[in-house]
Amino acid sequence: MSFQRPIFAEGVRASLPVLLGVVPFGVITGVAMVASGIPPLLAILMSLLVFAGASMVASAQLLASNTPVLLVVLTTLIINLRFMMYSASLRLHFAHAPLRWRLLLGYLTADNVYGLMLQRFSDRPDEPGRLEYFLGAGISIWLVWQIAVLGGVLIGAGVPASWRLEFAAPLAFIAMTVPLLRDRAMTGAALAAGITVIAAHALPLKLSVLAAAAVGIGAGMLLEPKTR
Amino acid sequence: MTSGLWITLAGMALVTYLARSSFLLLPPGVQTPALLRRALRYVPAAVLTAIWAPELALQSEVLSLSPHNERLLAGAVAIAVAWRYRLTFATIVSGLLALHFFDWLL
Repeated sequence: MSFQRPIFAEGVRASLPVLLGVVPFGVITGVAMVASGIPPLLAILMSLLVFAGASMVASAQLLASNTPVLLVVLTTLIINLRFMMYSASLRLHFAHAPLRWRLLLGYLTADNVYGLMLQRFSDRPDEPGRLEYFLGAGISIWLVWQIAVLGGVLIGAGVPASWRLEFAAPLAFIAMTVPLLRDRAMTGAALAAGITVIAAHALPLKLSVLAAAAVGIGAGMLLEPKTR
Repeated sequence: MTSGLWITLAGMALVTYLARSSFLLLPPGVQTPALLRRALRYVPAAVLTAIWAPELALQSEVLSLSPHNERLLAGAVAIAVAWRYRLTFATIVSGLLALHFFDWLL
């Protein structure tokens, strides 16, 4: 199988509108990490190794309040559990790709890359070029994300607190959540999780997020249409 | 502090990579259980909402559903924009502008 460069380029082009959202989110992630006391070099390394903005912002907040290591890692796992769902879904497309490619695809998986892949190939799972498309979109988003985080780390404390830029993080998550709410079950899962996390917010150690994930998943499964 | 940070970083990188690559690394012949796939479907909506909902509804750790909570109002604007336009950039910009507007108004 030869590498189909036009489809790689198509993936890059498809990622362009998404980058408008990647940049501000990346910048505030960089700013948030430095503001919480993570040394700049470690923040950059974290962006390269972890490459998951939501969990990086959350763990920066936890680190700033001296949370135990194990708990920061557990929170990261819960927040990034959604990647497991993406990998189960991407398996339909890539189960037969060589292992070295699958190792790379795993690393590049992000919410918006997965979203683009779904838009392009969910109706045509047998069309060739899926690997090239994913790599095109994934590498482009990865690169711009890293530059944006680097920018945020360098700006660091230079952003005036009065701009309230930290609010961009929840806004980015809202932008990722809303398009998911296509049916009753999915909306129910989100509502149940939102109510649970607020009702349980007094629980120590961010356990409210874990409780919300469990209740949300349960609600979604209960509300699924009972065909089949 | 710093050695703790390194361990945290290593742990975060490990669990994140394992979550990302989990099913992709299983041998081609292995079937993923249907119940697990069904449950995983709801993880993104549930977990993402669990991250942003407290940022809107809580003010210094206390539930605040009053019209004096500017983050709640700005969040509502952002949800409406996300619903209508489905653009991350528009959602972030409108939400931040709304936050400053309500802050100024209230």
